[in-house]
Amino acid sequence: MTETREKILRVEDVVIRFNLRGKELTAVRSASLDLYKGETLAIVGESGSGKSVFTKSFLGMLDKNGRVASGNILFEGENLAEFTREEQWLKIRGRKIAMIFQDPMTALNPLKTIGEQIREVITLHRGMNRQEAREEALAMLGKVGIGDAAQRYGQYPHEFSGGMRQRVVIAIAAACRPDILICDEPTTALDVTIQAQILENLKELQREMGMSIIFITHDLGVVANVADRVAVMYAGEIVEYGRTPEVFYDPRHPYSWALLASLPQLGEKGEDLYTIHGTPPNLFKEIKGDAFAPRNPRALKIDFEEAPPWFAVSDTHFAKTWLLHESAPEVEAPKIIQRLKEKSLKGLDYGS
Amino acid sequence: MNDIKKKKTRLDRSFDKIRAREEAGLLKQSKMNRQLRKILNNRLAVGGFVIFSLILLASIFAPLICQYDPLAIDLKAVLQAPSADHILGTDRVGRDVFARIVYGGRISILVGLGSALGAALVGVSLGCYAGYKGGLIDGLFLRLSEIFMAFPQIILVLLLVSILGQSLINLIVIFIITGWGPMYRMTRARMLSLREEEYVQALKAFGLGTATITYKHILPNALGPVMVNITLSTAMFILQEAALSFLGLGVPLNIATWGNILNAAQELRILQESWWMWLPVGIVISLFVLSVNFIGDGLRDSTDPSQQG
Repeated sequence: MTETREKILRVEDVVIRFNLRGKELTAVRSASLDLYKGETLAIVGESGSGKSVFTKSFLGMLDKNGRVASGNILFEGENLAEFTREEQWLKIRGRKIAMIFQDPMTALNPLKTIGEQIREVITLHRGMNRQEAREEALAMLGKVGIGDAAQRYGQYPHEFSGGMRQRVVIAIAAACRPDILICDEPTTALDVTIQAQILENLKELQREMGMSIIFITHDLGVVANVADRVAVMYAGEIVEYGRTPEVFYDPRHPYSWALLASLPQLGEKGEDLYTIHGTPPNLFKEIKGDAFAPRNPRALKIDFEEAPPWFAVSDTHFAKTWLLHESAPEVEAPKIIQRLKEKSLKGLDYGS
Repeated sequence: MNDIKKKKTRLDRSFDKIRAREEAGLLKQSKMNRQLRKILNNRLAVGGFVIFSLILLASIFAPLICQYDPLAIDLKAVLQAPSADHILGTDRVGRDVFARIVYGGRISILVGLGSALGAALVGVSLGCYAGYKGGLIDGLFLRLSEIFMAFPQIILVLLLVSILGQSLINLIVIFIITGWGPMYRMTRARMLSLREEEYVQALKAFGLGTATITYKHILPNALGPVMVNITLSTAMFILQEAALSFLGLGVPLNIATWGNILNAAQELRILQESWWMWLPVGIVISLFVLSVNFIGDGLRDSTDPSQQG
């Protein structure tokens, strides 16, 4: 399905390092991903796995002490990883790739009416005059589900609720007409009912404008709802990716197992909740072998010695684990994962 | 129970008034600019503005309201107490004190306001950019401002006066050179915290340039303290002008300023016996400084939309 589509973004072996008081921290260790036109790709992983840093590098928005140490970010025939000057980035930010952030309460300038804030990006990126931009802004507000847009247009951010503000932020981002929209946990700060509406808005905008969405989240329920494909990230590395049903029903990496098994919804009554023991590795140190091995009760000896390469599960599903090697011993997935697989064979849909 | 009901506070009464007007259909959405409305609701700011304008207008239209030349010496009328001829009396060489205060206002306000605005212009525009960008430029200006702030002002003034000569423009230039440092540091400090705000990140992600983000989006958020600082330094510069004039280093003595008038009254005899030479001008200075401060406060509140009004 996705193979026939055109690749809009290719990220190859990106390494991102931060300089912290003289020490080097490797936040992203050789992460790669492809993004197809019009699809939604979710990046999941625990806090500190490098999801945000990874995607911020597509916009040149790393903190001052961070840099893309190696790797390529190929977009429209240019390598964004080689950009050094602000002017180069200004051509990309907003009009090509835009990003929305987690906390809608602080994502808008408190001193400007939301109308001004939307109009500003429209005039900047689409060269409209004031009146056209106003109409366009009103239309955008309507599209993201803000009723009475004409009146809301002249109001300040503090007159909006959290969910409404996130809608405004989405309207601003979409008004730039970007090819790629990066959503950094856009629904984390909102309650569940609003979450669903916002996700629906996003999907609709995507259908209408044909943009690709990179969705960063640690909420697997959201992923199942919106994503065409999923990439699982751990310790600055993508360990497994594939189409959403593949990763959800047939996960292969032990970390994906652990993540899914930790979902309380998937457990059965009376069972202990699954937890991942230990902590993520220290990113100041070189990681030898599979980064997840120390926390993985099913780790093989080789996991501590050498990092696994990519193994293909299907044409669209890949995982970085030695378990997929032909000479690997049979290792049983946790019970919950096995049950998931059975359910999927029976044709039941997750989350429905 | 009834007693409690009957007791109405001021708040209750004003609320009742509003409700009555609303029921009568009189309460319409005001078409007036929101910020203007807010500042008009601030009584202190309005009062300050009235006093400020009175003093300012009096200074501007000085020739219309005084009949005397502030520099005309009249040795027949020396040290006269207030009378119908001279509303605020005369000084030691017979110059009309009222005329001197009114004309002196021109110079003092020019020096105070001009220096404060000049210093703010330099300090804020530098601080905004350097604070957002950080790095080398920021470090450079920071050290520079420290040098100017550490340098004794009197020495600097002496130096500049001896090089440039004593004049009004030179005094303003000197005040700007010595006064931009605190403005720079304050703006920079605000920028350092504001640039980490998420909306700044968001604006950046929407593709806005550095200049637009700093001057159009962050600066208004930093303007509150800047406004207050401008008003405070206006007051400070007026007082500094007075102090320097006393030393003979400020405005040349042949020009009447509030500082020059005050300092003519240094003698104990005048302080004890000729109150009209120092009290009125002292009151005018205080009123002016106060009114400027009230205006600054009102401006700060009105530019902050999270404060209702």
